[in-house]
Amino acid sequence: MSHHIIEVADLRYTYPDGTHALQGVSFRAVHGESVAVVGANGAGKSTLLLHLNGYLMPSQGKIRIGDLPLAKGTLQEIRRTVGMIFQDPDDQLFMPTVYDDVAFGPLNLGLPLDEVDMRVAKALDLVGAAHLKDKPPYRLSGGEKRRVAIATVMSMSPDILVLDEPTTGLDPLARRQLIGLLGNFQHTKIIASHDLDMVADLCERTIVLHEGAVRADGPTADIFRDDALLAACRLEKPLSMQKCPVCAPKINKGVLMTHDHH
Amino acid sequence: MTSNDTQLFNLNYLDILSRQDTPLHRLDPRAKVMTVCIFIVTVVSFGKYEIAALLPFFLFPAVMIGLGNLPAAYLGRKLLVILPFALLIGIANPVFDREVLFRIGPFSVSGGWISFCSIILRFVLTALAALILIATTGFMGVCAVLERLGLPRVFTVQLLFIHRYLFVLSDEAARMSRARALRSFGNRGMTLTTFCPLVGHLLLRTIDRAQRIYLAMVSRGFTGSLRMRSRLGFGRREALFTAGWAAAFMLMRIVNLPEAVGRAVEGMLR
Repeated sequence: MSHHIIEVADLRYTYPDGTHALQGVSFRAVHGESVAVVGANGAGKSTLLLHLNGYLMPSQGKIRIGDLPLAKGTLQEIRRTVGMIFQDPDDQLFMPTVYDDVAFGPLNLGLPLDEVDMRVAKALDLVGAAHLKDKPPYRLSGGEKRRVAIATVMSMSPDILVLDEPTTGLDPLARRQLIGLLGNFQHTKIIASHDLDMVADLCERTIVLHEGAVRADGPTADIFRDDALLAACRLEKPLSMQKCPVCAPKINKGVLMTHDHH
Repeated sequence: MTSNDTQLFNLNYLDILSRQDTPLHRLDPRAKVMTVCIFIVTVVSFGKYEIAALLPFFLFPAVMIGLGNLPAAYLGRKLLVILPFALLIGIANPVFDREVLFRIGPFSVSGGWISFCSIILRFVLTALAALILIATTGFMGVCAVLERLGLPRVFTVQLLFIHRYLFVLSDEAARMSRARALRSFGNRGMTLTTFCPLVGHLLLRTIDRAQRIYLAMVSRGFTGSLRMRSRLGFGRREALFTAGWAAAFMLMRIVNLPEAVGRAVEGMLR
């Protein structure tokens, strides 16, 4: 199934104000791969993501999604293939009810009403939000909004998922549930995030962006062990790979106390 | 934190009302929209000194409130909120139109006051009808029908988005004004020098958000038309509803009922 592949070659993008946001980014993600894109604020993560479904067109370089090159004529097909989930669910949920929002994509694809109905039910079931069907989006909690936002994309049966900061603003349980949910998806995934623990849980591969270019690209475990690289790119080891700040001093204390006794 | 409910005069309560299940709510939205349109046109078409002939028209909102299980007090409060606009329009009439139309004992009533009352009456009738329409059909239903009836799509899409993002925008404005209040240390009044940048900032934020929403829409295949599921059925009930009310409005328009009743009573007394 070659259409789950993302290929980015020497991608360059300059914003109208002259900011060189991307300066030659290249990578290739294959079918079913989960790839994290990490980097400091302003490293170019969002700009890269916006290219993947053709909202921005490269100033230079090429992007291929599956069998199709990104071009004006292939936009519709590429937007169906690549499901984009935004950082702020309030931007993504713009219809009056959850149902209408999830049905928005399928209706735009021109599917018959029965099929739309079925897809909406399936997508809402998948994210565990079937009971929210008739609610207006502004009455949902943050976690519910995030789930519904994912459903709005899943109802179009995309092959590739692109997520921008999926865990921001979620409480720990909602975050954990979301990680579980995303882990179950078989899609090719590109996840941009500062939540490096989530990255460690979900993505076998990590791309580090620094000042608009790929600084490192490799297995997540290797990248997070490279202290020099992380420091240079304004990153930190995921908490799960750091020494426990609670237990560590306790041991020291214990040692001190035994010394006192003697 | 102030919630959506307390802001904007509890606007989304209208939406909750529209999700009830009464015979009136089940009616096809087109029937309701057309009926209310006919109602508004008829009410507005009266001469500027007309008061008595307008009174029978209150039958329509009364019946609708009853059938739709709507809280009259709530609708009344909503009317009060928008009443100042009508007052503003009508308030000059008594000043400019001083021609005396009739006298009650020692008081002479000028045309200006009559037309002022007429304006307020018409305002109450039409605004009430619009509120009832939204409370029984839902904002979305009304937009869908307007589009079906030929209103350019640009307008219906705009209306839908205003409705959806009014809450987000009001929240954003509330957050900004709270941020200002927390750092103004008892300086209660907002001066022009803080108000202007605040509003400008809100505008910029809004533009940013609009861009992100558009992005979300195009990435889900938006090409300019908003498609919504609509399973409408314009059956016999709908036809009856619309035709019945239209006939009633015509009757009230042509025959001045209060006058006719008055004359009949006079005749009987004689």
